[in-house]
Amino acid sequence: MPNMSAIVHPQQRHFNPYAENGGTILAIAGADFTVIAGDTRQSEGYSIQTRYAPKVFRLTDRAVLAVNGFAADGNMFVKKVKQRLEWYKHAHAKDMPLRAIARLIQTMLYAQRFFPYYVYNILGGIEEDGSGAVYSFDPVGSYEREACRAAGAAQSLVQPFLDNQIYFKNQTAAPGRSHPSHLPLPDVLSIVVDSFTSATERHIEVGDGLEIYIVLAKGRSLQGVEGLHGLRELSTQEDGERVFVLQRDLKKD
Amino acid sequence: MSAGFDFSNHSRNTFLSEKGLKVPKATSTGTTIVGCLFKDGIVLGADTRATEGPIVADKNCEKIHFISDSIRCCGAGTAADTEFITALISSNIELHALSTGRKPRVVTAMTMLKQRLFQYQGHIGAALVLGGVDPSGAHLFTIHPHGSTDKLPYVTMGSGSLAAMAVFESSWKPDLSREDALKLVTAAVSAGIFNDLGSGSNVDACVITATETEMLRGYVKPNERTQKERTYGFRRGTTAWTAEKIRNLVVSEEITPIGGEEMDTS
Amino acid sequence: MGMPPTPYTPDPRRSQAWIPFNTRSEQPIVTGTSVLALTYKDGIMLAGDNLASYGSLACSAPRLSVTIPSYTIFGASGNMSDFQYLQHDLDNLIIQEEVTAQDGHQLGPKQIHKYLSQVFYARRSKMDSLWKSVLGGGFKDGKRFLLFVDLLSVTYTVLTLATCYGVYIAQPLLRKAFEGSEVRKIKEDWLHVLFYRDPRSTNQYQITTISAAGPTISPSLKLETEWSFAESIRGYGPQTQ
Repeated sequence: MPNMSAIVHPQQRHFNPYAENGGTILAIAGADFTVIAGDTRQSEGYSIQTRYAPKVFRLTDRAVLAVNGFAADGNMFVKKVKQRLEWYKHAHAKDMPLRAIARLIQTMLYAQRFFPYYVYNILGGIEEDGSGAVYSFDPVGSYEREACRAAGAAQSLVQPFLDNQIYFKNQTAAPGRSHPSHLPLPDVLSIVVDSFTSATERHIEVGDGLEIYIVLAKGRSLQGVEGLHGLRELSTQEDGERVFVLQRDLKKD
Repeated sequence: MSAGFDFSNHSRNTFLSEKGLKVPKATSTGTTIVGCLFKDGIVLGADTRATEGPIVADKNCEKIHFISDSIRCCGAGTAADTEFITALISSNIELHALSTGRKPRVVTAMTMLKQRLFQYQGHIGAALVLGGVDPSGAHLFTIHPHGSTDKLPYVTMGSGSLAAMAVFESSWKPDLSREDALKLVTAAVSAGIFNDLGSGSNVDACVITATETEMLRGYVKPNERTQKERTYGFRRGTTAWTAEKIRNLVVSEEITPIGGEEMDTS
Repeated sequence: MGMPPTPYTPDPRRSQAWIPFNTRSEQPIVTGTSVLALTYKDGIMLAGDNLASYGSLACSAPRLSVTIPSYTIFGASGNMSDFQYLQHDLDNLIIQEEVTAQDGHQLGPKQIHKYLSQVFYARRSKMDSLWKSVLGGGFKDGKRFLLFVDLLSVTYTVLTLATCYGVYIAQPLLRKAFEGSEVRKIKEDWLHVLFYRDPRSTNQYQITTISAAGPTISPSLKLETEWSFAESIRGYGPQTQ
């Protein structure tokens, strides 16, 4: 006797067009620089797909985009953003300003409101006034400018740490003194590295490698970090904003 | 009383969770545990990561449990279940050994474990690798949560079992030396540590022969923690407060002796 | 009397979940299991067995392919019909790009990889996925390249690759062994282990390579297997006889 209830009520096997590929990204804005970082592990379930899949991408000399979530959507989204920036450049003979890229990303995300890119975006770079800026987005385009933001698998581990170390939350300043509103670049870099080594220890989807992008405002030198091992410059011009990338190993277990 | 097992609690729990009751989540040891036979006995191996979902709950937990002097048991699955069932069977094995006056046998422990697990129909989430040496020789078993068992010369369990089994399948040979067996077990557990996200940190090993049992806790440590870039000490007074009250917790009491006779303190 | 109701004809291109007669494949039917790939000194090597399974019924079908006259080899696991469709699609692409166009440009493995990932992404976005994982390799202008695309269009390139069961069983071995061992040996270890532990596999397999010398594809080969240790195993518990 066949199962009649299965015949009367056809069973729909649901195809899930999304996957979760792990990893974590973060960005911190300084007074005249921004640091954007992500780990390089791509995983599915309990398997590591690759130990090196970049999640942070240079868009222009003053804008870097970190994407985290479903890897296929992430790659497609970055590809489309880059294409729009290319068109902008051909139309206006200049790179798109950071705040305009942020608004562009919002409209591109919201355009897919009912079949969203399952991606958390963090855009970092230098504004036209020369200040460091971080914009963070949800998958359907809600965004805000912040001084720091973590996203992805270990967001719940890293964000409270940044709140404490960057925003000085729950830290009372010594009597007669106040907390600095921006930290210097070497301090920010070490906080980024410590965030990722700690997230690697406590989150199974974070690890393998770390890629840190540094965007410097026009005229600002690398002061204090030029000696760092493996620092590479990616900028296309010498006199504008400059982009650098730094790679570090993370634990592989 | 009707005969058979009573699973009404399970039905009740299913009903409650359907109604929206949050079932407490257990720590599971997404794990790589292995064991293999060698010339003189058994080598067991395990990683040391315990997870709660994607979070590492314990970076150096112990997964090779004591059953008797020359029987040990690696546990994968629900941490509490593996700990309690091995502790329980360990007690029962000791009592059994005392009452029979003989050295406990691996099959006895295996039978006790499988009967208990079968009785609970998989609700005790313990996947075990049991190994040891007794008067009848060296024995190695796997025991699944539902109570089925398997007897093989090399075995693996847990989420990293496939990675570890690949190592055994390509390199295991009969009558390995102690060194080679340890090396193979380390390679198998390492394959789990580096390829399975549920496994990580260190390799624990245990070598059991007819004459001695050697527990090698932290046998290989391929994932040592590196020095952090900054130190995160906080200045005294960092935490804000709304009110300050200081109480003296030292209570002093004066005792005046009444009456003439002194207490005899001799 | 009104018109009789017109039968509803579903348009497979529309991604609406409520289409009554679904023309999308919702699950793979005739499937192939693991394919393995690795980078070696001179190029890329792929291996896969010749088994296609219809549930638990075994059929035989090759799962490796060479795109001619290009620089790419590929293999697939998952739905065999989608694999054969993709071969057909790539043949058309190559006729279009390399024979018809005659512009002196030839598609390299990177271009094929990008093309595949775009095709797969478009299909998954139509909720009409190609139910398979493809891995391939290529050699062009002195450079080796290994690629992977799956049904969700998740892509990556690494030095060693595997699909299906191979992800869990072969990939760990390979990542380790890769640090300077000879390729054939690794490959055989790999296939042995897979045959021992993957219930939907067979010991007849093919190997394809690509290097500066061009692509090669082997005839069907057979693995020698070893089961003698099973002789000494008695039962699953206390049995000794």
